[in-house]
Parts: sequence; C-alpha cells; structure tokens
Amino acid sequence: MEALSAVALARIQFAFTVSFHIIFPALSIGLASFIAVLEGLWLKTGRQVYLDLCRFWSRVFAVAFGMGVVSGVVMSYQFGTNWSAFSNFAGSVTGPLLAYEVLTAFFLEAGFLGIMLFGWDKVGRRAHFGATVMVAVGTLISMFWILSSNSWMQTPTGYAIVDGRVVPTDWFAIVFNPSFPYRLAHMALAAFLCTALLVAGTAAWHLLRRRRDPAIRTSFAMALGMLAVLAPLQALVGDAHGLNTLRYQPAKIAAIEGLWETEAGGTALKLFGIPDMAAETTRYTLSVPHLGSLILTHSWDGEIRGLKDFPPQDRPDARVVFWSFRVMVGLGLLMILLAALALLLQRRRRLYEAGWFHRFCVAMSPAGFVALLAGWITTEAGRQPWVVYGLLRTAEAASPVSRQQVGVSLLIFVVVYLLVFGTGIHYLLKLLRKGPHAGEHSPPGMRETLGTLTTYSGRRPLAGADDRIDSTPAEEAGHA
Amino acid sequence: MLDLSLIWAAIIALGVFLYVMLDGFDLGIGLLFPFFPGEQDRDVMMNTVAPVWDGNETWLVLGGAGLFAAFPVVYGAVLSALYLPLTLMLVGLIFRGVAFEIRAKARRTRHLWDLAFIAGSATATFFQGVALGGYIQGIPVSGREFAGGGFDWLSPFSLFTGLGLLATYATLGCGWLLIKTEGELQRRMFALMRPLTGLLLAMIAVVSLWTPLVDPAIAQRWFRLPNLFWFLPVPAAVALCAWRICAAVAQRRERAPYFLALAITALGYAGFLISIWPHMIPPSVTLWQAAAPASSQAFALVGALLILPVILAYTALGYWVFRGKVRAGDAGYH
Ligand code: HDD
Ligand code: HEM
Ligand code: HEM
Repeated sequence: MEALSAVALARIQFAFTVSFHIIFPALSIGLASFIAVLEGLWLKTGRQVYLDLCRFWSRVFAVAFGMGVVSGVVMSYQFGTNWSAFSNFAGSVTGPLLAYEVLTAFFLEAGFLGIMLFGWDKVGRRAHFGATVMVAVGTLISMFWILSSNSWMQTPTGYAIVDGRVVPTDWFAIVFNPSFPYRLAHMALAAFLCTALLVAGTAAWHLLRRRRDPAIRTSFAMALGMLAVLAPLQALVGDAHGLNTLRYQPAKIAAIEGLWETEAGGTALKLFGIPDMAAETTRYTLSVPHLGSLILTHSWDGEIRGLKDFPPQDRPDARVVFWSFRVMVGLGLLMILLAALALLLQRRRRLYEAGWFHRFCVAMSPAGFVALLAGWITTEAGRQPWVVYGLLRTAEAASPVSRQQVGVSLLIFVVVYLLVFGTGIHYLLKLLRKGPHAGEHSPPGMRETLGTLTTYSGRRPLAGADDRIDSTPAEEAGHA
Repeated sequence: MLDLSLIWAAIIALGVFLYVMLDGFDLGIGLLFPFFPGEQDRDVMMNTVAPVWDGNETWLVLGGAGLFAAFPVVYGAVLSALYLPLTLMLVGLIFRGVAFEIRAKARRTRHLWDLAFIAGSATATFFQGVALGGYIQGIPVSGREFAGGGFDWLSPFSLFTGLGLLATYATLGCGWLLIKTEGELQRRMFALMRPLTGLLLAMIAVVSLWTPLVDPAIAQRWFRLPNLFWFLPVPAAVALCAWRICAAVAQRRERAPYFLALAITALGYAGFLISIWPHMIPPSVTLWQAAAPASSQAFALVGALLILPVILAYTALGYWVFRGKVRAGDAGYH
C-alpha cells in the first residue's frame, strides 16, 4: 500500500477535527435561538411550560457550547501547524477574519453567557432575556465571520497579489464575496434544522415512552413547526447556492453531477452512478433526462460543462462529492417528507399518538448532522485541488513538516477526541434521555455579593449543566 | 504614520503575559495536586480557580488569533517548528479542561478525572516551556517558511525550560492558594512556598546563564557595556523578590508571596523580551519583516480595540466578585 503523504495526513487531520467541531457550533447556534424564542414566549404568555423547556435546553446548550469552544481552539492552531504555506499566502485575509470570530466568541463568554446560564435570580427578567438574545445573536455573528473566511477561500475577491502573497485591497468585497450570502443562509438554516430534528427526536423518544406532559408535547410541536418552514426553505436556498456555484466553480458542479461530457440540448440528472476518475466516465448510471439542466440552469436545455472541459490536474474527485451531495439532498428531501407527514397528522389530530411517526422522528434526529457534514464534504472536497480557489493549490499549502509528525499528531487527536468528545456526547445523550420536567430548576451557578449588588458569574459553560455524568450503583439499580 | 506592527506586537506581548499571569497559577494547582491526596483538600483547591480558569485560558487563543491576524508568517513558521510540543500542549489543555468540569459531576470515576487533571496540567505546562525554549533557541527560516527539522526543538536547553516553567507555575499556584485557603491547608502551602521559590530561583539562574550560550547575539545584547548597566537591575530585582518571599512566609503574610512570585515571573518575561527584541522569529526575522499588510493589521486592530477593553473589564470584575477565601464544603461552584 502506498504510504500517505504529509499533505494527505494533514487533510485527514483537518477534516477529522473540523467535522467534530462543526457539530457542536451547529447545535449551539440552533439551540441559542430556540432558547431565546422559548424565553420570549414565557415572558409574553407567562406559561410555565416555556420556562421549563427554556431551562432544560439551556443545560444542553451549555454542554454543546463548551465542547464547541474546546474543539474550536484546536482548529485555529492547525492553520499554523499544518498549513503554514497557506497562512503565509492568505493569512492576511483569513487571519483577521478568524480573529473577529474568536473575539466575538470571547465577548460572549466574558459577558452574556454567564448571565444566560447562571443569572436567573440575579438580574431582572428582561435583562436576562436580553442576555439570552445577545448569546443567540453572538453565535450567529461567530458563524458570520468564519463562513466569510471559508467563502473567501472558495470565491476570492477584493485582493491583489503582491510579492507572492495576498494583500487585501477591499475588505467589503472580501467579507461579502460572491458565495458568502448563499453559504451563510444555507449554513444558518442547516444549524436550525439540526436543532429542530434533535428536539423533535428527543420529544418523540419520550412520547414513545408514554410521556404526554405539556413540555414534551410543546417541544414536539414547535420543532416540527420549525421543520415545516425551514426544510423546504433549505431546498430553495440550496438550489440558489448550486446556481451560484455553477457560475464560480463549474468543475465542482460537474463532479457533483458525475458529468464528463458537455452535452448539447440539455443534461440528464444522474440519480445513481459510480464515477471512475481514471476511465473518465460514470458507471451504472440511472438518470432522468433534462432534469439536470432544469435544476441547475432553470431551463430545459441549459448547458452544463463536463469534467473533460477541465485539465485532469484541476478536477475534484467526483467519487466523493457525487455521493456526499446525494446524501445531503436525500436527507433534505426526507426532512421535507417528515414535515409534510407532521402537518397531515396534525390535521387528523394524531400527532401525539402515531407511534410509527415518533419512531421516524427518532430515526431522523441525527439526520441534520449527517446532512451538514455531507454538505461540507461536498463543498470542501469539490473545491479541490485548490485551497484558495484558483490561487493556491492544497498541495502547496502545507507546512514543511514530516509525515511522521502529522501522522503522530493525527493519531493523538483521534484518540483524545474519541475519549473527550465521546464522554461529552455520552453526557449530552444522558441529559436528553432524562428530558425536560415540570418545574425545572436553574443551576445553582455561583452566587456572590458585590457590595450590595448581587451578581452572578460562572463563565464556564459546562457548569451550566449540573447532572451527574456517572450514576451511583443505587441509581443504576433504580434504572433497571 | 502609526507603527501598526509595533502596536500589534505590544498587544500580543501583553496578551501572552496576561496568559502566563492568569493561567499560570491555575495550571500550578494541577501540579500541586499530587502533594495533596485528600479529596476535601482537592475540592477546595479546584474551587479556588473554578470560576476563573476558563477565562484565563482564553488569552492563549486570543494571543494565537492576534498572531495569525497581524503576523501570519510568524504563526506559520513558529507553529510548524514547534509542531509536536504545541500539539501535546493542546492535548494537555483539553484533558485538563474536561477533567475540571467532569470531576465535579463524577462519583465512581472521580479518581480517574483527578489523574487526568494532574497529567493534563503537567503535560500542558511542560510542553509550553519546551516550546518556549525551542523558540528562544531560534527557528531557521528560508523565504517565509520554516527550514529546520521536526525535532530541532528538542534539546537539553528546551527540556530544561520545560522544567523551569513547571517550577514557575507551581510557585504561582502555591502563592495563589495562600491567598485563597486557610487553616491546615494554608499551613501546608506556607511550608511549600519557600522550597518552591528556591527551586524557581535556581531554574531562572540556570536559564539566564544558558540563554546567552545558545545564541551569541543574545550574549552580545546583554553583556555589551552600556546595556549591561541598564539590564543589571533585572537579576538584582529577582533576587530581592525571592528574599522578600521568604520573609513574607516567615511572617505568615498571605498575599505578598503570590504577588512577589508574579513579579519574578514578570521580570523573567521582561528578560525574555529583551533577549529576543526586535525579532519575531529569532534569530533572524524582525517584527517588521514578518508583518501582515497594513490593511490587514488595521482591519483587525479595529475589532481588537473595541472588544479587548470590555473583556479586560469583565475579567477584572470576575476576580473581584470571587475574592475571599474558599472553604471546604462551600456549595455552588459546580
Ligand atoms: C442540514 C443540513 C443541510 C441540508 C438538509 C441541505 N444542505 Fe446543502 N449544504 C449544507 C447543509 C445542508 C452545508 C453544510 O451547510 C453546506 C456546506 C457548505 C455550505 O455552504 O453549506 C452545504 C452545501 C451545499 C452545496 C454546495 C455549495 C458549494 O460548494 O459551493 C449545494 C449545491 C447545496 N448544499 C445544495 C443543497 C440542496 C439542493 C439541498 C436540498 C434539500 C440541500 N443542500 C440540503
Ligand atoms: C476552520 C474552521 C474553524 C475554526 C478555525 C474555528 C475556530 C473556532 C475557535 C478558536 C473557537 C473557540 C472560541 C472560544 O474559545 O471561545 C470557535 C468556537 C465557535 N465556532 Fe468555530 N471555527 C471553525 C469553524 C466554524 C464554523 C464552520 C462555524 C459555524 C458555522 C463555527 C462557529 C463557531 C461558534 C458559534 C463558536 C462558539 C462556540 C460554540 O458555539 O460552540 N466555527 N471556533
Ligand atoms: C465546519 C465545517 C467544515 C467541514 C465539515 C469541513 C470539511 C473539510 C473537509 C472534509 C476537508 C478535506 C477536503 C479534502 O481533503 O478533499 C476540509 C479541508 C479544509 N477546509 Fe474545511 N470544512 C469545514 C469548514 C471550514 C472552514 C470554516 C474553513 C476556513 C475558515 C475551512 C478550511 C479548510 C482548509 C484550509 C482545508 C484544508 C485544505 C483542503 O484540504 O482543502 N473549512 N474541510
């Protein structure tokens, strides 16, 4: 077997660590907004069930946020350790954007997060709501900056190349580069969808265990309502995103479609197929005539360029993106189906009764995350062989470090991540299994008095969840 | 014209110092853990930093992000040169952070998380020190790239700076606990403070004499004549502080030892800055040569100047709120 090169190992390391990372921010972005809505509803209606839900999901949020921060720190260091040539070349653009992300995240941690998690009885209701909204907005701002950075790497604008490196000339054009609005909208929706599916799946799990209390029913209905609006919207935004990509990265689209020849008179959509890069063909295809043109150009016989239009060294690997794209879109369609079934059941007043539907919801609860990762794999692998599209090749972006170094650190990261985030995810699932309860308490947090002014603190997110991670033997006996 | 590179270098230098000052004592607590096997003592020790350690650690990330934004060349070259020590440092920090949170939620597995906390703190500190030594030794670059080997950082000198940082953080941690504890636990901290200070002093002496030996340019800077008079107060002040620590311990003064130990750390840091100035990648690349384009530095500076003061204010408030002693059985930290 051919040994993996340092660049290949660095790519695996990046893909592995960022894939872990993205799961947690996606959940915290979605949950923060959900919690803000719940708290707003509570303020407006005064119904206890909103408060209970708000407090329960805040505990889940605390864990997700904490793990997002830890995994994010590892990400930022990799640009230096593994991708120093990239940092030299493009750090003048991605560095400041990343600094803005980190500053935003810190700003939140330093201020509003403490109030949101521990400040329930320290500040007034409105002030608390204000802090929760700020945290929600803050997670979205974090996303804004990092996606701006990533989108600039996909569709660079607003720069000059001086002395063999990028010099920013127009920050507005850099931040709002051509693929950014689409990616931002698509990612934000993805984060909300991940959360909605997880909330719906958790509620369904409890419904299957015969819990019918208001907290479960309300969260089930709210999550499915979100899904009904967002899932179709995501398909529309995804479609627009695809059109934009066709314009700026036609080779990526050709790879996604497994299309080799530029066909006149309309291109079919391949539902199934196995691209073969060496033979320059896609085998075992099952396709629908004209549908490809219809979707990608919104016309019956629009032209899509095939991979053979691009020199072999500029082609992304179609085997990866063909399938990752189909996983994402397939799950997106399933989400729309789920939402449609929910509406149907709601009209027949069987939403809380239909066991088969609850099982479907439980099965779909990780679907958001799977689609999210599949989407990113499509985007990032489809950008290959470039890191900064058209400007810097991935192979030229790596640090001058040895295979052994990257390999050893990759191994260490895999072991540590599985241990650490495995424990974290185990704890999250444990929280979800308990579910929300009436009269949820707020975590004790850290209470201190500052003169006559009572204040809060506790900036450590995980402290916001105070359940035990391992059970005592007595508790275990109780479970059995 | 403003010298943006200089402003950024100052911000980063300050950020790194804030990191050492703040995270130093809480890493030190993990280093002192093995000497205090009692569960209750350990609870108290952890609780003295529970509200602040997370905020302390953020300065490391902020320093990294600032470096990436303002000096991407340095970020690339230094991080690739110190690849393994920095990776191990990160792993140590991850373990320590998670152990911190989970220990409080665990019952049966608590001793395992204690172990993770100790090992994580020690690994993070040691490799931070090793990275520091590797950096002082010099990092060869050609063009804008690191041009050395994967184990260049590994030398007797860098291993020694790793040990030196262990001593530094342990001393800071011990001083911090003098302020935050009382009774029997505090008495044992007092007993530990003097030997730790002695150890720290020895380490500083060895590193200070060794540093000029690893790089003749540094020797030049320190020992050329007019300079020598300017810089001589640094070691003298270190000796003075150490002597005051011993006196303060004898008088059972609670606060002075910590702040004196901090002063020693600051003097050591000043010595380090004197040694590398004006280089950003010793021994060859100055901070102006390594600078990002002015448009990048200016853009990032706007955000830093807006947000950093707020973060500083919040940090200060956090310490104010959690002033005072921590006692066994204090509820509410977890
Ligand atoms: C819950 C997650 C989720 C769901 C259900 C979908 N997507 Fe998606 N997709 C993403 C999550 C995502 C993402 C993770 O957010 C990506 C990766 C980077 C990005 O910009 O968005 C993405 C990328 C992405 C791209 C690549 C753009 C590029 O690389 O330039 C296209 C063309 C689409 N999506 C299209 C769709 C369509 C037509 C969907 C129809 C249902 C769809 N996506 C559902
Ligand atoms: C290479 C890619 C990425 C890097 C280098 C990175 C870096 C970081 C860092 C350093 C942190 C921790 C900041 C802190 O300590 O408070 C963080 C947290 C965060 N990141 Fe990322 N990140 C990346 C990708 C993303 C993406 C794609 C998103 C969202 C779309 C995202 C959203 C967030 C959010 C919302 C946080 C706050 C913590 C949380 O909510 O979990 N990041 N990231
Ligand atoms: C958070 C969601 C993300 C996921 C799941 C993801 C996934 C991936 C994957 C799978 C690769 C490997 C591509 C390949 O080898 O074919 C990769 C590479 C890379 N990505 Fe991302 N990515 C994400 C976000 C980002 C962001 C926000 C940035 C920049 C700020 C970024 C920058 C890079 C870089 C520099 C590489 C390495 C070079 C390369 O292989 O293309 N990624 N990512």
